[in-house]
Amino acid sequence: MRMSYREAVRAALHEALVADPRVFLMGEDVGRYGGSYAVSKGFYDEFGPERIRDAPLSELGFVGAGVGAALGGLRPVVEVMTVNFSLLALDQIVNMAAVYRHMSGGQFSVPVVIRMATGAGRQLGAQHSHSLENWYAHVPGLRVVAPATVADARGMLPAALAEPDPVVIFEHVGLYNVEEEVGDWACDLTHAAVRRPGSDVSIVTYGGSLPKALAAAATLASGGIDAEVLDLRVLRPLDREAIAASVRRTHRVVVVDEGWKTGSLAGEVVAGLAEECLYDLDAAPRRVCSAEVPIPYAKHLEDAALPSVDGIVAAVREVCGA
Amino acid sequence: MREFTLPSLGADMDSGKLIEWLVKPGDVVHKGQVVAVVDTSKAAIDVEIWFDGIVGALLTEPGERIDVGTVMATILAPGEEMPAGPEEPVEEPVGEPVGEPTGEPSGAGGVRLRVSPAARRRAAELGLDLTGVLGTGPGGAITLADVDAAGAARAAPEPGTAAPTASEVERLEAASPAERPALMRQAIAAAMSRSKREIPHYYLAETIPLARAVAWLTERNAARPITERVLMAVVQLKAVARALAEVPGLNGFFLDGTFRPAPVAHVGVAIALKQAGLVAPALHDVAAKDLDTLMRELTDLVARARSWTLRSSELSDATITVTNLGEEGVETVFGIITPPQVAVVGFGRLAVRPFVVDGAVAAVPTVTASLAADHRVTDGHTGALFLAALHDWLQRPDEL
Repeated sequence: MRMSYREAVRAALHEALVADPRVFLMGEDVGRYGGSYAVSKGFYDEFGPERIRDAPLSELGFVGAGVGAALGGLRPVVEVMTVNFSLLALDQIVNMAAVYRHMSGGQFSVPVVIRMATGAGRQLGAQHSHSLENWYAHVPGLRVVAPATVADARGMLPAALAEPDPVVIFEHVGLYNVEEEVGDWACDLTHAAVRRPGSDVSIVTYGGSLPKALAAAATLASGGIDAEVLDLRVLRPLDREAIAASVRRTHRVVVVDEGWKTGSLAGEVVAGLAEECLYDLDAAPRRVCSAEVPIPYAKHLEDAALPSVDGIVAAVREVCGA
Repeated sequence: MREFTLPSLGADMDSGKLIEWLVKPGDVVHKGQVVAVVDTSKAAIDVEIWFDGIVGALLTEPGERIDVGTVMATILAPGEEMPAGPEEPVEEPVGEPVGEPTGEPSGAGGVRLRVSPAARRRAAELGLDLTGVLGTGPGGAITLADVDAAGAARAAPEPGTAAPTASEVERLEAASPAERPALMRQAIAAAMSRSKREIPHYYLAETIPLARAVAWLTERNAARPITERVLMAVVQLKAVARALAEVPGLNGFFLDGTFRPAPVAHVGVAIALKQAGLVAPALHDVAAKDLDTLMRELTDLVARARSWTLRSSELSDATITVTNLGEEGVETVFGIITPPQVAVVGFGRLAVRPFVVDGAVAAVPTVTASLAADHRVTDGHTGALFLAALHDWLQRPDEL
């Protein structure tokens, strides 16, 4: 069945709301407006204001309410308009949701699902366009996922709702309009996935950079370089075995990450390879990340700041000595 | 300043143990001079230097086991000063004995080689020294593919660098004389298995009358003391070299899928060793030497082969092999080619046999000469031309 990423998230939410009365959706403009990215359009009329709750402009407040509701036995899905705004709720996520199971000696769990948009490419300016997934992927107690395909957009939400602990889902703003055939969407929140097998180099990526990596691989294939594309899917805990297995096959790696290079997830991937796979590497790894500037508003500057297909192709050619 | 590296003294030799230096710092050395004795699994080999100069520093200690390609000594040009320290940049290392890189070789100037970690591990597994290997990776780094290519190149040695003798496989382990027969058996097994696996042999044989040659040689030897007499085997060797000059397609090496003819014939002579096994060291440029010289050299070669004191060049540069089993009484030898050579010539027993001469059967001394040749390089027609030329030369012994 062919559907868009937006429709997939919407279908997953709808199914959960129908199936489980403990599930409710809360966030800015999710109700009457239908969601900033139109994911919940019509839900307000169908499920009513008790379960589709428009929140005030206070991320600290409504994310905290979601954490409390989860502690109280509900299954809240909290939508944060963008990861930039989620910084206001970091205290609730990092200091509360992530730690209760540990601090209570296992007496409390926080089964909250926090969805947030991330990434650039839609000319939304620096305050709406950053990729801060690595901030959350740093924190023990959270499971952090980044659906990069329509099937994962459909399958990761029910999997997240089934988790007893907090899950943060990053939906890249550039993916909502992507349409794909979706077959069996059931998935786990554990494993990375090879999206394109290849033998010469591994392109490790996630989220909104996956389509760019696949396009780069197609370009490279016509130039005689057979690139494997590995979609991390789960940013915490990283599927290090899958990363290592891919690099052991190809001996070369380029990591594509829309975050800034310094302190990035890409850096964590490369560091892990240096620890586990040094003697499998046939060339120094390369990272393709965003320019270290606040993401610009102007279209040409925004494009120049982000990882590009051409940039990925060039990095791959470099590590392949081509 | 140039570097003198341990040459490969056998097709599969990858290390050796230095027994002693025959030169010291400051000595003037000339191309071809024996400068060191190196123990391989098979023999103590006199190692020759392949260029002129003055010995700078000796970098390998006697008793040390080193890989092929390891820099053993630095050799200065006349008038050149010794560098201040071992880290002093040096000129491009000598490529001759360890292959010929087509680009800037790695490791020049005492700089740490740029080798990818994966390539470094592969090289260690293969026991390969990467000095001089051309890097094709980012920044000229040596990659896995470069190591594999170098490994393949070393397995198929360059002409003049790795011994194409029948018994040549060297072992990493040091070998005592007591261990040598077993190691030699393994070496022969490896070389001959490779030959039969890779080389499509074709075989030709011809019965050659030797009445004139026997008469000529008998008369020639009659006038000489025993020590100066020439054996028929030497006449045959010289005839082979003469015939090869007319049919050069059988003389040389098959490397990297192409035949590389050799300019002159260094004829490897198969010598059975008392300890069991055999070696086939080369008599150099046989066509250019007279029979008396060849006889002396053959006598010397056999003696040194049996006392394990062959020279590196003798073990490394035969361009064809001749095997003579006449003394053992066989009629015909069907030889196996020593890679990367492309032919082996065999001689059976010289005996008086019935042979038709001028329409009548006569009692004539004859020998069966055989040829096993590499069908990738030549066809039976070439082989037939060679045997015809050999036949012809053996009818004119006085012109050899």
